[in-house]
Amino acid sequence: MADVKKIATRESYGNALAECGKDFPDLVVLDADLAGATKTGIFQKAFPDRHIDCGIAECNMTGIAAGLSTCGKIPFISSFAMFAAGRNFEQVRNSIGYPHLNVKIGATHAGITVGEDGATHQCNEDVALMRTIPGMTVIVPSDDVEAKAAVRAAIEMEGPVYLRFGRAAVPVINDRPDYKFEIGKGVTLKEGNDVTIIASGICVDSALQAAEKLAADGISAEVINIHTIKPLDEELVIASAKKTGKVVTVEEHSVIGGLGGAVCEVLSEKAPTPVLRIGVQDRFGESGPAGELVKKYGLDGEGVYNSVKAFI
Amino acid sequence: MTNTELKIKANEVRKGIIEGVHSAKAGHPGGSLSAADMFTFLYFEEMNIDPKDPKKKDRDRFVLSKGHTAPGLYSALANRGYFPVEDLKTLRHLGSYLQGHPCMQETPGVDMSSGSLGQGISAAVGMALAAKLDGSDYRVFTLLGDGELQEGQVWEASMFAGAKGLDNLVVIVDNNGLQIDGKVEDVCSVYPIADKFKAFNFETVEINGHDFTEIREAMQKARQTKGKPTAIIMKTIKGKGVSFMEGQAGWHGKAPNDEEFAIAMADLDKIAEQISVSE
Repeated sequence: MADVKKIATRESYGNALAECGKDFPDLVVLDADLAGATKTGIFQKAFPDRHIDCGIAECNMTGIAAGLSTCGKIPFISSFAMFAAGRNFEQVRNSIGYPHLNVKIGATHAGITVGEDGATHQCNEDVALMRTIPGMTVIVPSDDVEAKAAVRAAIEMEGPVYLRFGRAAVPVINDRPDYKFEIGKGVTLKEGNDVTIIASGICVDSALQAAEKLAADGISAEVINIHTIKPLDEELVIASAKKTGKVVTVEEHSVIGGLGGAVCEVLSEKAPTPVLRIGVQDRFGESGPAGELVKKYGLDGEGVYNSVKAFI
Repeated sequence: MTNTELKIKANEVRKGIIEGVHSAKAGHPGGSLSAADMFTFLYFEEMNIDPKDPKKKDRDRFVLSKGHTAPGLYSALANRGYFPVEDLKTLRHLGSYLQGHPCMQETPGVDMSSGSLGQGISAAVGMALAAKLDGSDYRVFTLLGDGELQEGQVWEASMFAGAKGLDNLVVIVDNNGLQIDGKVEDVCSVYPIADKFKAFNFETVEINGHDFTEIREAMQKARQTKGKPTAIIMKTIKGKGVSFMEGQAGWHGKAPNDEEFAIAMADLDKIAEQISVSE
């Protein structure tokens, strides 16, 4: 596995913006003094007149984007997930969500893989927050290929979209000729009969690794990549739950309100199934190298394997 | 329009406010009445708009950052011909397109949804920025309450507008001196207001917000100012025009009952008579 290509999805975000800049003249990108870290600097280099640094004022940036969108622009606002979704929640809700404006939120540095900066910057609550806003689309790409496809798809659709990207380099897992990205459509990466593992973001790779180890134990796991948390691909989730009878969710996010919450909501109402939610338990993160944190919180292939084994 | 014509219109706008709030049995008459002359000047004199084409691309924009005074905006829009004046009575009713706070998807002429204080000015800044990016010459006006200046986002937005020299932006502050909990200087003083905006690289004008000559001159100054935005700080009387509401914080967010409604309308009728006699 040592030679697997690794790219941080924030890098993919910056590259995708720069690529889309040519095709969409109304695309403008706003940042709050983090253009280097969120990688919107890549877009800035290509389109300096369409990159607006708002300074360290995320709430104002959000309102500016709202105003720009009413005048026909397609604004992306960029910051760390903690600020883009957390600090900004009410601005996103009232200035973008309520009027259903065509603003895209590119949130980077989500989850515990922020690493050394620690709990204040490790946002494990953003998906839960954004998911409650009526009309908000929420996308958590799993790798470089998916992140780039998601950015383009977000631009092509009308309405607000929250896109979640990570800081740490992650393996490219979707680089195949038949890869197709469609907002709201989950992807079955491996078919199985004994248990369904539904994952998002960087945890899709962990789920695939876990499934391989489970196979060695004679356990057939189905692996589903849910890149769009909202609207959730209910049909796919229900069909797989009915087939295997056991569901595990894996995400780099609080087990409250994110992918696990969304899957439980639909299954409890439409196809009651035992569910194990793997993710950040009801706690804050901490400082440490990203890889070690992923291990400590049981979100790596080994951790997911152990949890699934204990569950079934 | 002459000042007399504007005065007559403003009085009609005030009547619409009272009609709406009375029918809704809720709403915010005090700050709607204090800004009624400004609403009137903007929609009948200053702004490049077309009620028959509310989404006209090159129109001037208005964002009511103090969104709770929606009755004032609605009444100005209705009197200007965006929708029937009669509909003001549906304010805040279930199913009405006149929501408690401005909703751009529901109401013709509303350029931005607002109501959460501090957010409207940022949206106005974004619109002004869009005009600059596109090389368009439309202008953007936003109206804030004086209590609203306590919101930090107002100063984030002002810092940006000043730093980027958005001279197509006019920030109007309705300085009626009162907020829900009392006088603004007692709750958490916002003074001095003009000096604050000056420090954020704004041109500033201080006027009497009930004097159309002063409003006209301030707007002219804003139009002539290049390289920086303008802040118009207007001294006003909360509840202006209705005897028992004037200067009363208690009428910030309360509707008149039937008896009070009759007195209010009589007050406004009397003002209408005085205008026609004096001119």
